Amino acid sequence: MTGSTAPTLLRPFDLLGGWAIRLVASLGRFGSFLGEAFVTMLTPPLKFWAFVDRINFIGYRSLLIILLTGTFTGMVLGLQIFLTLSRFGSEAFLGPAVALSIIRELGPVLAALMVTGRAGSALTAEIGIMRITEQIDALTVMALNPMRYLVAPSIFAGILTFPLMTAMFDVIGIFGGYLVGVELLGLSAGTYFGEMQSFVDMGDVMLGFWKSVSFGIIVTWVCTYKGFHVGHGAEGVARATTQAVVMSSVLILVWDYFLGTVLP
Amino acid sequence: MIKVEGVTKSFGDHTVLRGLDLEVPTGSITVIIGRSGGGKSVFLRHLIGLVRPDAGRILVDGVDVARLGGRALDDIRRRFGVVFQGGALFDSMTCGENVAFPLREKLRLPRTEIAKRVDAALAQVGLEGVERKYPAEVSGGMRKRVAIARALVTEPEIVFFDEPTTGLDPVLVNTIHHLIADLHRRHRFTAIMVSHEIPEIFQIADLVGMLYEGRIVEIGPPASIEASANRIVRQFIRGEPEAAQ
Repeated sequence: MTGSTAPTLLRPFDLLGGWAIRLVASLGRFGSFLGEAFVTMLTPPLKFWAFVDRINFIGYRSLLIILLTGTFTGMVLGLQIFLTLSRFGSEAFLGPAVALSIIRELGPVLAALMVTGRAGSALTAEIGIMRITEQIDALTVMALNPMRYLVAPSIFAGILTFPLMTAMFDVIGIFGGYLVGVELLGLSAGTYFGEMQSFVDMGDVMLGFWKSVSFGIIVTWVCTYKGFHVGHGAEGVARATTQAVVMSSVLILVWDYFLGTVLP
Repeated sequence: MIKVEGVTKSFGDHTVLRGLDLEVPTGSITVIIGRSGGGKSVFLRHLIGLVRPDAGRILVDGVDVARLGGRALDDIRRRFGVVFQGGALFDSMTCGENVAFPLREKLRLPRTEIAKRVDAALAQVGLEGVERKYPAEVSGGMRKRVAIARALVTEPEIVFFDEPTTGLDPVLVNTIHHLIADLHRRHRFTAIMVSHEIPEIFQIADLVGMLYEGRIVEIGPPASIEASANRIVRQFIRGEPEAAQ
């Protein structure tokens, strides 16, 4: 990079301008990476077995952590909401309160954060190592598009697996609330599930669904991009992995708020 | 014929190539020697279209690789085989799958034909029985040979070797060099190799070019390079320390 040639007084503006240009350029690269991935996804041939492998990598191998966190999130919610509602004599609303919290908000967000920690970081590290060991270059010089083999199947798998994992998180979370509310604290099962049916509608489920689909895109997009544009050596991979997890997590929370205000 | 004309490349303030010129005759083994960090690998990456020059032309049979993109670049790359410095084997695949990969994905051959060609490719680099092993399960020398088998299995016209013997012991260095020479005799591909295995590399090279400060300062048959009057070339091939300059 060439050093600043601006007069001393103007140097801060020169640096700020340079920083802004680099930021816009990197955002452009980030956006065009997703565009290229979608174009590759929508044009044949689809690398079917690479896609199946990514479903296994992102989805199936994250199941245990999803079920575990889902159960305990539901149990914590069941306990805390029961204690709060009992102050107003409204324990009957425990079912809908747990279900709405999980289906609309906690299910998509926590499932996405968990998958980011488990699969997203591994995705960045795997692609990053392929980059620094010239495996991606090897694909390129074989006249094979690395986007088709590495990125498109991951994003496609993210779109498919995130809603499925969110659904599992929701179901097991509601069951966790049932364990605490009904089995431990004595609420009747009929009240827990009956009130849930009255208050939870399809709009709530769809909100969670659209959130999980968009989180699937965000996490796989960020993590494959960071792996693809990794720096040098092991330190570069370590830095890219950390950045991928932090950036995915922040984007999940920001996008969650945005969707929460836009969607009904 | 590969012809490189005035290739210049800078990364920020650092200029790596300064108007590099080179002619590689068809069917020859041309070796580029030069100091570590001198831009040999960067130059090789220009030849295979992974890096674009700031100025200059890279002509492969009259077509400028530096100006190509998309399908036209892919078409010309189908004529290439590349052996990367570390082998660049796909570590999620077995050695056999690595060699089969370009046949399956590039040439889309039937399974029986692929199996036959993989066996033949591994046999000609002296590796039988490693098909089911992963790259991490075989030695460094074996990995290099699998990488050579993968690069040659599609019978490319031009093969690029980026320091194919780095990190190997002297016996393995000579084994790999003789293997490359033997394969070259059989397949008659054009080979461009980056190496600093001096003087071993002189045994197999048709032409040796010395890259120094971004330019080819001397090129010729191994005997003429060994007898060079150029101080930089002499210092490099004799391994004289910098203080002796």
